[in-house]
Amino acid sequence: MSLVARHLEEAGLPTVVMGSARDIVEECGVSRFVYTDFPLGNPTGKPGDAEMQSAITGTALDLLERAWEPRTTVQTPFVWDAAANNDWREHFMKVDDSNRDALAAAGEQRRVAQASVKAEGRGRG
Amino acid sequence: MAADRRTHRSHVSYIDKSRNYYGAHGYPQAYQWAYNHDVPFASLQKPLNECRIGLVTTSFFERTVDKKAVAGAGSKEPYAALCDDALGGLYNKDLFWDKDNTHTEDLDTYLPINRLREFADQGRIGSLAERFYGVPTDYSHRRTSRRDAPQILEFAQEDELDAVILVPL
Repeated sequence: MSLVARHLEEAGLPTVVMGSARDIVEECGVSRFVYTDFPLGNPTGKPGDAEMQSAITGTALDLLERAWEPRTTVQTPFVWDAAANNDWREHFMKVDDSNRDALAAAGEQRRVAQASVKAEGRGRG
Repeated sequence: MAADRRTHRSHVSYIDKSRNYYGAHGYPQAYQWAYNHDVPFASLQKPLNECRIGLVTTSFFERTVDKKAVAGAGSKEPYAALCDDALGGLYNKDLFWDKDNTHTEDLDTYLPINRLREFADQGRIGSLAERFYGVPTDYSHRRTSRRDAPQILEFAQEDELDAVILVPL
């Protein structure tokens, strides 16, 4: 998605990216970025919270108007769950002794499935 | 509030996490994420309250998703559709997001069509375009840069957009 933003900017069209995967967007490099430190899935605000959604979307509009140079990132002030804010960070894509064998098995299963797709000629190569 | 101290950065590094995660799946080669030193920058050509704004999502209409396809395998094509047709929600269960901690039942948590229409009603923006666009999350930088991005630009030019908000899930 950041690559698309860059393409639009190169053609003279101003853009702003709204997201929660800060490192991926900033490594790719975009002109304007509204970062909200949430689990992936709700980059423009919590479900059912129109006020927060307006605040975050409004920040994107502010950046369109006011950013004067590329790589302008603004982090919105919202936190996912002040009481247990780190649980989701640890949980997502977790790799530890409790699941290492299961992940290796899942990877093997996936490679077998991909190989059979390729053999049937359904893959795009 | 007392100052906090931490041994690690606060925000999650998805580049680090995914490298470890897929490494644990036995994939020998780590994904090569896009990196750029130089970043292009365009400015608004008119006041925001006269601008037509467009939206881009990574979600699709459920009927157009081939659920048997391997995620990121390039089986999706970029599209343009009416914002009104998205109001019932879009399909993104095949995308990589935190399904244990949240949900995407509320469209405006990932595609703020209603919120932007409110900003248009208030006169903060000129208007939200009638169409929004969808772009696949693709493993291939080449497909994104050479096929998808030019198509999105073409849609944006057809709709005479003045600025674009892109929201990856």
